[in-house]
Amino acid sequence: MSLRSPLRTVTGLGSAKGGASHWYVQRVTAVALVLLGLWFVVTLASLGSGSHAAVVGWLSSPISSALAVLLVVTAAYHALLGLQVVIEDYVSDHGKRVVVLLAVKFALVVAAVIGVLAVLRIAFGVAA
Amino acid sequence: MAQRARPLSPFLHYRWQYTNTLSILHRITGVLLSIGFFLLVYWLAAAAAGPERYQAAVGILGSPPMQLILFGTAFSFCYHLLNGVRHLFFDLGHGFELKTARASGWAVAIGALVLGLGLWLVLRAGLGGAA
Repeated sequence: MSLRSPLRTVTGLGSAKGGASHWYVQRVTAVALVLLGLWFVVTLASLGSGSHAAVVGWLSSPISSALAVLLVVTAAYHALLGLQVVIEDYVSDHGKRVVVLLAVKFALVVAAVIGVLAVLRIAFGVAA
Repeated sequence: MAQRARPLSPFLHYRWQYTNTLSILHRITGVLLSIGFFLLVYWLAAAAAGPERYQAAVGILGSPPMQLILFGTAFSFCYHLLNGVRHLFFDLGHGFELKTARASGWAVAIGALVLGLGLWLVLRAGLGGAA
């Protein structure tokens, strides 16, 4: 059931649209990133030397590569949600806002795909 | 008839205080971490591209100007994580008492500096060890 008046629906103005789910998903990804971020930092510290062999050896384990993929995807999603709010706050011109939002979204999605493919290449032994 | 400029309150009359400092820092560190995300992807892609490309990337990431960016990223990571947890408690309705909010704010600021420095040293050691 919608609490919005018919007039509001017609003009397309008024509250939130997808605001509640945006807020909620930002928190869900935040909690996930607390865990994934801590795992990533502790792992980095335990790697000691960041040699190629050490990094490849680390990401060759199924659990590590799975968590690394989750980290990349979750971080990109969380960054997207956060940057969207920042852009909407500071870029008031509608046209500019759409352009900047699209640019940021594209850049993050491209980076996330590259990151995931990189982890998978290492996990499947293509980058030995 | 000359029109008098209307007062712009409250925007120009807020006193700068620790609450809005911590709040804007959360936003700034979030934006910095988004840049750090691209560094993470660059590092992963270099590792996937083989040992030579990885060495070249480590050389770039370990260079002096990048050290500054890495420190910024390390501090941002620790600050955003600690203050993020603080905000999650706020979302649940806890920690709004003045004393508690101030104490958690200080804990976040000092913790982020100390842990950020530690994380930066870890990153330095990793990049130095590989070079």
